[in-house]
Amino acid sequence: MTVRVPFWRRSNVEANIAFWVLIAPMLIGLGVFVFWPIVWGLLLSFSEARNSISIGHWVGWRNYSDMLSDSAFRKSLLTIVIFTAFIVPLTFALSLVLAVLVHTASFGRPIFRTVFFIPTAISYVVASLVWRMGFFNGLPYGFANMVLYWFGSSKVLDWIGTAHPPYYWLVLVTCRLWLQVGFYMILFLAGLQEIDQSLYEASWVDGATPGWTTFRTITLPMLRNTSVAVILLNFIAAFQAFDEFYNILGGGLATSGNVGLARPPLVYLYQVAIGQQDYGRGSAGAFILVAAIIIFTIVQGRIFGFGRRS
Amino acid sequence: MALPGQQTSATSIEPGRGHRPVGFYLLEVGRYILLIALGLTFLFPFYMIVSRALMTQAEITSFNWSWWPAQIQWHNVKDLFNDPTAPMGTGLRNSAIIAIVTFVFQTLFASMAGYALARIPFRGREVVFSLILLTLMVPSAVTFVPTYAVVSKLHGVNTLWGIVVPTLFSAFATFLFRQFYLEFPAEIEEAGRLDGNTYFGIYWKLLLPNSMGIMAALGVLSFIASWNAFLWPLVIGQSPSKWTAQIVISTYLTAQTINLPELFMGAAVTAAPLVIVFLIMQRYIVQGVRMSGITG
Repeated sequence: MTVRVPFWRRSNVEANIAFWVLIAPMLIGLGVFVFWPIVWGLLLSFSEARNSISIGHWVGWRNYSDMLSDSAFRKSLLTIVIFTAFIVPLTFALSLVLAVLVHTASFGRPIFRTVFFIPTAISYVVASLVWRMGFFNGLPYGFANMVLYWFGSSKVLDWIGTAHPPYYWLVLVTCRLWLQVGFYMILFLAGLQEIDQSLYEASWVDGATPGWTTFRTITLPMLRNTSVAVILLNFIAAFQAFDEFYNILGGGLATSGNVGLARPPLVYLYQVAIGQQDYGRGSAGAFILVAAIIIFTIVQGRIFGFGRRS
Repeated sequence: MALPGQQTSATSIEPGRGHRPVGFYLLEVGRYILLIALGLTFLFPFYMIVSRALMTQAEITSFNWSWWPAQIQWHNVKDLFNDPTAPMGTGLRNSAIIAIVTFVFQTLFASMAGYALARIPFRGREVVFSLILLTLMVPSAVTFVPTYAVVSKLHGVNTLWGIVVPTLFSAFATFLFRQFYLEFPAEIEEAGRLDGNTYFGIYWKLLLPNSMGIMAALGVLSFIASWNAFLWPLVIGQSPSKWTAQIVISTYLTAQTINLPELFMGAAVTAAPLVIVFLIMQRYIVQGVRMSGITG
């Protein structure tokens, strides 16, 4: 008995059809919303494109030199470097401490894990609202000012409104810390669970006492890959900070309020591209930032030996 | 670097388990005091939202700190939804549509592509895969300016599809699905082919139903990210009818006149659905976070 196989059931034809049909949405989507913007953005960055998104009025590298000599843009790069220098080490230390505390707790582990992890569900906008209007409100009823009062201080600090001293860093950093520490704690917890218990037992046989020494000689080295992932993910996210700066410092318009105190690159690009409708300079700034992130990532990768197997 | 809690032990198994010195118990007490203090600190912002959302403006701005409303002001909910300057109802509806569409289609497209890349014999497969991986090099938020230009060209500015469609294509999720399908037992798939199934049939009847765990893990993460997104909806959804809940709150927060109970009530109704989703789906969220960390 012979079975007639229709042409589309012949395996290679069918495989080709199936492959393209299944992959088509992804390829078309990435093509239209990732590749096309990158190509067009590059062309825009070499064009005079004010109030227009059309390319063709070539100006060479002028948008790039404009951005790099623009003191506001350079200041925004400095702002994000300062922010990153605070948030990355603090997040690393606190999420590691929380992970170790939760991991070694003898009871109540799931409850504490949930409590530290649940801020992940909250948006930067909502957290900014609580930090700005609830905790660090510059009026006497703000929680931070209330705490100062309870401790006998008569000062009412304007937490997000003064350049000197720059209390706004405390507000911005604690806000992001609360939101993201749980996420990195989960990564560390996963890393801790993969450490072979026999390593600790062997060290006790050798006379090591549980505590700081075993933590330094066993736990930390075994968390090497997790640590690299935590630092890189955290760094890339920090460099793209926008939400809390816009919402904690911003006024009704993108340029009003206290945004001038700390304006990260994305807030500045938002003002240039969406506010002033200068897409040429906006695109140039975006690619400068992409280059900065890629260079920093590679440098960090070199320092920490990214991808090295332990 | 101070590491509280480390003084006790690095593991749950320790030497001399049978006989523990008094110091051990003191340190255990210290550890739990620390854990509880940190836990309360982490929960404090939630308490702030709920307590302020149910107070009067006078209670919030009083010089005497009120820990809890003297009388719970349920009408704050009604006031919020009746406030014409803050279209909260529309915002929540838009956010829900966007988050659900993202949840369904981001995972579906990624799993389809992941299956094709892992399981369908095709000559140019590796080239296509590299092309997809290439997009991971570019930090997504930074490219909002060029993407805005493209979406504007496609007349997507100030539309809901303009907010949601560009976020549906995740190279990263495709990568994770491909890894997952590569490890899927080949025997099941071969049995499916002997039964006369096409590649589509195998995907639809065998692989998709067996990938519900990873679907849920990645789907719930995309749902949360989409509900909480700010920059892109801010750029695209310009008129109030296209605002998401986050944009409504942000506009309200940065405006000049501020009604504090309504503001905190807005935070409460925006955060509550996600806290519920989070508590129900926590197992999958943890799994999803771990997957994104491994290859991060």
